[in-house]
Amino acid sequence: MTHRTDMNMDPASLELAKWRSTPLTPRTRLQIPAQDMPCQDPAVRRANMQEVALGYTPAQAMLEAERCLQCKNAPCIAGCPVRVDIPAFIGKIKEGDFLEAARIIKRTNLLPSICGRVCPQEKQCQEPCTVGKALGGVEKAVQIGRLERFVADYERAQGAVDIPRVPASTGKRVAIVGAGPAGLTCAADVRREGHEVTIFEAFHKVGGVMVYGIPEFRLPKALVAAEAQVLETMGVSFELSFLVGRTRPLLSLLQKDGFDAVFIGTGAGLPKFMDIPGENLVGVFSANEYLTRANLMKAYERGKAGTPIYPSRRVAVLGGGNVAMDAARMALRLGAEEVRVLYRRTRDEMPARAEEVEHAMEEGIIFDFLKSPTRVLGDDTGRVAALEVLSYELGEPDESGRRRPVPIRGSETIIPFDTVIVAIGNESNPLISRTTPELKVDRHGHILVDERQKTSIERVYAGGDIVLGSATVILAMGEGRRAAAAINEILQ
Amino acid sequence: MHVTHRIVSKRQLSEEVFRMEIEAPYIAQERKAGQFVIVQYDQEYSERIPLTIADADPDRGTITLIFQTVGASTHRLALKEPGDEVIVLGPLGNPTHIENFGWAVCVGGGIGLAPLYPIARALKDAGNRLTVISGARTRDLLIMQEELAAVADEHIVVTDDGSFGRKALVTAPLEELCRRTPPPDIVVAIGPPIMMKFCAQTTRPFGVKTLVSLNTIMIDGTGMCGGCRVTVGDKVKFVCVDGPEFDGHLVDWDNMLSRLGAYRQQEQTAHEQCHLEMQLRTLQEERS
Ligand SMILES: Cc1cc2nc3c(=O)[nH]c(=O)nc-3n(C[C@H](O)[C@H](O)[C@H](O)COP(=O)(O)OP(=O)(O)OC[C@H]3O[C@@H](n4cnc5c(N)ncnc54)[C@H](O)[C@@H]3O)c2cc1C
Ligand SMILES: Cc1cc2nc3c(=O)[nH]c(=O)nc-3n(C[C@H](O)[C@H](O)[C@H](O)COP(=O)(O)OP(=O)(O)OC[C@H]3O[C@@H](n4cnc5c(N)ncnc54)[C@H](O)[C@@H]3O)c2cc1C
Ligand code: SF4
Ligand code: SF4
Ligand code: FES
Repeated sequence: MTHRTDMNMDPASLELAKWRSTPLTPRTRLQIPAQDMPCQDPAVRRANMQEVALGYTPAQAMLEAERCLQCKNAPCIAGCPVRVDIPAFIGKIKEGDFLEAARIIKRTNLLPSICGRVCPQEKQCQEPCTVGKALGGVEKAVQIGRLERFVADYERAQGAVDIPRVPASTGKRVAIVGAGPAGLTCAADVRREGHEVTIFEAFHKVGGVMVYGIPEFRLPKALVAAEAQVLETMGVSFELSFLVGRTRPLLSLLQKDGFDAVFIGTGAGLPKFMDIPGENLVGVFSANEYLTRANLMKAYERGKAGTPIYPSRRVAVLGGGNVAMDAARMALRLGAEEVRVLYRRTRDEMPARAEEVEHAMEEGIIFDFLKSPTRVLGDDTGRVAALEVLSYELGEPDESGRRRPVPIRGSETIIPFDTVIVAIGNESNPLISRTTPELKVDRHGHILVDERQKTSIERVYAGGDIVLGSATVILAMGEGRRAAAAINEILQ
Repeated sequence: MHVTHRIVSKRQLSEEVFRMEIEAPYIAQERKAGQFVIVQYDQEYSERIPLTIADADPDRGTITLIFQTVGASTHRLALKEPGDEVIVLGPLGNPTHIENFGWAVCVGGGIGLAPLYPIARALKDAGNRLTVISGARTRDLLIMQEELAAVADEHIVVTDDGSFGRKALVTAPLEELCRRTPPPDIVVAIGPPIMMKFCAQTTRPFGVKTLVSLNTIMIDGTGMCGGCRVTVGDKVKFVCVDGPEFDGHLVDWDNMLSRLGAYRQQEQTAHEQCHLEMQLRTLQEERS
């Protein structure tokens, strides 16, 4: 994560000097173009696992920061689920005080290097940004996420990551179930008050979806490991390959093992399938399975990894979210010749981050909009041979104002594929609720909590995807924080 | 970070079958008959290997696994020695439903005899009259015989090649038992999928309820990936959280068998590579 370019050789520094040669006014600030983030060449990156986006240089960051108008009402802050003080940290970037900028972000967001990379900024902090509004397009907003990523990377490269100080032990103990963003955030906040914290994680690695789902080329695993390291340095203990509900019943943690409170952040589970004929044929995968093989089990390091990955040539990915984009781009990197994303609506309705859709298109992923499969066809050995696909057209707007896709009768066509990856979402993880009957869940299996994240059981809190359904990293972190505040209060 | 568990002992039961005792106090305490663990031989590159808990000693805090070296991953696991560390997750899956059915018949094929033993013992402890059918390709692969003989009221042994016991497949004595009046109240069959399929076919005409323990390919084992899915009575089930035991008469066996073969070619390559590496290692050891 070092910045290879010397300040003086960076073309952006000339640009910066030019804009700064006269005092900047709101009007001139609006004229500075939004800074693109350098990326690996699409033709090269589609064949490697390295991170796609390379990050701003210091001069680019300072130039981008100059675009911020430091609005008094700062509408951007309201768009951020954890209310990062955006104008304040951007102000510090303008001054070149990147470490102070990092400190400001970390007051509310513990994982800026991760959020800067994976937050759907165009729907969160950047959506209400005054600059974007003035220029008539959210893509022209101040690039808050890229700036956040820049300062976090800068801080790490300088070896300046400061470890929060932990006061003397209170003797109180808190168990965290699940080491995803919700659990990690909750752990940090509880530990900061001096309570003893143990994180129990089912997998053999820390990070939840950040390590098994989101691919290396979008979120380097070294970043997640570094965050786990910070927690370890703070004195948080980890029990990996420990499945609460099975290795140990949830309530035993409270009743037998001496924990004073528990936080459940077990994330999503049980992938949804389309419920169409042929879905159990060999070569149909849930995106979770496909990505876990590739990311967590490192199946892409062929020859080294024990876990195999299916040899695919023609891949269909069903869905339009981040998960679908990740699966499609992963399939390409694992050697598929053609990858098509089938989505029932159009590009405008795709829930994926705009940047990921753009990157996928640049890499040569083909998008078949207004299409959805009706059947998976197999060969005589039970392997996928083709999809039968139905076309849709946009009809009348529904209650949400979006035009509803309606199937075109008789438009079925058969497209040959050898692999189908289903990325249409998850049900909730059933394990804890099935093994803890006292825990109340809704009919989708999501744990019910009050406004302070407390569950139906005293001293048991929950947050993240297991409460919200499929959400985002930053929302999961927000819930972890809120739970930590409540836990800290009852442990006072 | 605490992640590994120590191997306490290792014994080779036959050319291909190993028995390992591993320190895992919580699992030893919590596990019930029919449950399994997922084992990894290292944290970076190991496949996740599902293995049934063959036995456990809650006082010593150990569990016993019995496994056959069928491919690269189980071979690598077999290379581990007492004192080495492995990763173990569990106990996974639902425990076998144990009650006094009356007359219970337990059928085990090959390595399946290992997971069968705790279930047979639990059925016996619950008051059932217990018949055990042990089967294997050849005498050498018949494992757990002393233990099974000790709990069974009646013990029938068959081998494919007739090298021990009767020369037959397990389905032959199973059919004879079903013809008795009254027929068995319950059959539990564990072994290679093809054996379980034929056991289910054998008992179906007699209407004898038959439980099988499915050994699908798994990744997480916690209900997250869907890789272990099977069709049971026209419904999709996840073996790791809905199973591993199902009504054998409802399982779509052909689909299950073809899904098990999904990676056959890559597995073969990995297995051959693994053998080459082992030969190399032996050569190097001999030289030094
Ligand atoms: C492929 C993919 C791409 C995504 N891309 C983005 C993106 O770009 N931006 C974004 O904001 N969000 C994205 N998301 C969503 C985001 O990752 C999740 O919303 C977020 O990770 C939820 O955090 P969490 O802490 O609730 O759960 P998780 O991250 O799911 O972590 C839960 C952890 O708990 C563990 N666990 C489960 N049960 C138990 C148990 N019984 N005992 C012990 N441990 C247990 C699990 O192994 C896991 O490690 C993506 C999701 C996926 C799948
Ligand atoms: C719930 C459960 C309990 C099991 N209990 C035992 C046990 O007690 N003892 C034992 O020896 N084996 C058991 N197995 C099977 C064991 O997990 C596999 O033999 C092992 O994973 C094969 O790995 P490999 O790399 O050595 O072989 P591979 O070369 O990967 O495969 C060899 C053969 O095993 C099958 N196989 C591959 N991966 C798996 C997998 N994850 N699960 C099942 N079959 C697979 C393949 O279809 C192939 O036919 C169990 C499986 C499950 C799901
Ligand atoms: S945490 Fe996410 S939403 Fe908040 S400012 Fe950072 S990038 Fe924007
Ligand atoms: S809304 Fe945009 S311009 Fe205004 S303070 Fe926030 S980031 Fe800066
Ligand atoms: S092994 Fe992943 S859901 Fe069962």
